[in-house]
Amino acid sequence: MTALVTLRNVTKSYVRGKQKVEVLHGVDLAIERGEFLALMGPSGSGKTTLLNLVAGLDQPTSGEVLVAGDRIDQLSRGSLSDWRARHIGFIFQFYNLLPVLTAEANVEVPLLLTDLSRSERRRRVQIALELVGLADRARHKPNELSGGQQQRVAIARAIVSDPTLLVCDEPTGDLDRQNAEEIMNLLQALNRSQNKTIVMVTHDPKAAEYASRELHLDKGRLANDSRRAA
Amino acid sequence: MKYFGLVWAGLWRKKTRTVFTMISIVIAFLLFGLLQGINQGFSVAMSTLDVDRLYVSARTSMTDGMPISYLQRIRNVPGVRAVSLWAYFGGYYQNARQPIPAFATDALELFKVYKEIKIQPEYLDAMARTRTGVLISEALAAQHGWKIGDRIPLGTSIWTNKSGSNAWEFDVVGTFDASAYGMGFPSFYLNYSYFDEARQFGTGQVHYYIVSVEDPKQADRVSRDIDALFTNAAVETRTQTEFALAQSQLKQLGDINFIANAIVGAVLFTLLFLTANTMMQSVRERTSELAVLKTLGYSDTKVLVLVLTESLLLCVFAAALGIGLAALVFESPALQKLFGNFSMPSLVAAMGAGIAVLVALVSGLPPAWRARQLNIVDALAGR
Ligand SMILES: Nc1ncnc2c1ncn2[C@@H]1O[C@H](COP(=O)(O)OP(=O)(O)OP(=O)(O)O)[C@@H](O)[C@H]1O
Ligand SMILES: [Mg+2]
Repeated sequence: MTALVTLRNVTKSYVRGKQKVEVLHGVDLAIERGEFLALMGPSGSGKTTLLNLVAGLDQPTSGEVLVAGDRIDQLSRGSLSDWRARHIGFIFQFYNLLPVLTAEANVEVPLLLTDLSRSERRRRVQIALELVGLADRARHKPNELSGGQQQRVAIARAIVSDPTLLVCDEPTGDLDRQNAEEIMNLLQALNRSQNKTIVMVTHDPKAAEYASRELHLDKGRLANDSRRAA
Repeated sequence: MKYFGLVWAGLWRKKTRTVFTMISIVIAFLLFGLLQGINQGFSVAMSTLDVDRLYVSARTSMTDGMPISYLQRIRNVPGVRAVSLWAYFGGYYQNARQPIPAFATDALELFKVYKEIKIQPEYLDAMARTRTGVLISEALAAQHGWKIGDRIPLGTSIWTNKSGSNAWEFDVVGTFDASAYGMGFPSFYLNYSYFDEARQFGTGQVHYYIVSVEDPKQADRVSRDIDALFTNAAVETRTQTEFALAQSQLKQLGDINFIANAIVGAVLFTLLFLTANTMMQSVRERTSELAVLKTLGYSDTKVLVLVLTESLLLCVFAAALGIGLAALVFESPALQKLFGNFSMPSLVAAMGAGIAVLVALVSGLPPAWRARQLNIVDALAGR
């Protein structure tokens, strides 16, 4: 069985001024379908960079990135955005909801890219909001919601189009302990009952405990791969 | 269409700013609609002017007057179909603040010259029978509540009658429909023969001869022939077509129009920068939101189109409001009086829509392009 995500000898460098800085040095990685991977590591170690490559937000300098059977390192900018719409659900540290839209309108944003009818979109938005336990806040704007609630709306937005892979960059980084636990429980439930594959970057060892696999990145190299029994 | 909510919400991100930008656009297009509407109104009015009608006045000044003896000589010029005349009465009703555009004329001939004015033949007969009779326009009758059979006292700032008074009395014998003409068309006609007899001085004086030619193509030749008749006479004449006469009267208005157009142009140009600035600021503030849209799979082009649509929505919506207001203004009674039955030409609305789209595209393109070029990873990291 082939892995859902396969990285082969991936490097990524940035050019800053005249200097070329290599951030990832030949990363090899396989993520199986249904895994919940926590990616940990010190600040500046390249976690976000790696996540962006897996999510098709950025292209590697060299190496192969295979996700859901597609060599996304070879896709053009345009086809990459279509690909993301189909395969990736995003959860950010600062929620990144559109402040002018209600919760339900925010959740609907990815669905606007599909051919679904208005009523079908409505139905799916409703289901997603119910899954995150916020059906009663559908008409609220982000600034009328707590941080934890906003993050749950963001999770609803991430899962509404039923993506192949959920990527989260420090989803609890801006939340207090209790809200963080609720979010992690939600992600774990999505992983266990909906069998969603999740790649999550986190600084927080407590958050990482919810994952089925922990991976450490240090100065652009992977180390300490450990799996937990479910 | 399903993106409308997204675009609309984006537009109202900063309500006050959007409202102020909108007000500016509304005002600019209101101005545009009014001035262009007036412009078009004049063109329409001018196009109803007749090329086969000539106006003969004293060369020195149109207030100087010519002898009545010219009438027969003009009538004899080949190509002339009918000739009538006007003498200013300078009338007012009750007090000088209510001027009445009253003229002494030869009614029978006058309505031959102004074929567009509708009048019933029996009124013309009554006018011929009644020395003190007057024909008035339906609009004037309505304005003062006058009807046939009424005796109207008129004052005049110019003429005293034989009894040494400047109070005259006339009997309304008929009305006519002059709605083909706008305001300013004389609407009160008295018998010249009676007027000439009754006035104490200026006897035999006429201010205008109005000539109808048989063939419009001969209008130029006929006017030259008429003026030639009176070269070196005591009073020399100047003959103009109705069109030329109106143009010379409108010339000053034309200059004003030019200035007004320049102002509108400047306003629209300023608007371009205002809208561009609003859009640019709005896109700057939304860098991370736009990056999120792109992250979720919105293509670069789609993001560009969304921003452009926002700019279009802003401009077209506000412009429609402005032009709509202008159209309402033209429906107002005060302007209806000035232009006759005139509503804003659809051409002006179409021009306005075109300009609005242009402003939207020109001012929306730079920010839309910026949004298109936005790099997701950098924008998300706040770089
Ligand atoms: N677009 C870029 N241009 C230049 N340097 C970059 C760029 N993106 C990342 N870097 C650099 O690459 C390194 C890794 O960045 P990355 O954001 O992946 O770290 P991280 O592990 O996510 O850190 P943190 O935990 O602080 O989020 C950092 O030194 C960063 O400065
Ligand atoms: Mg990071």
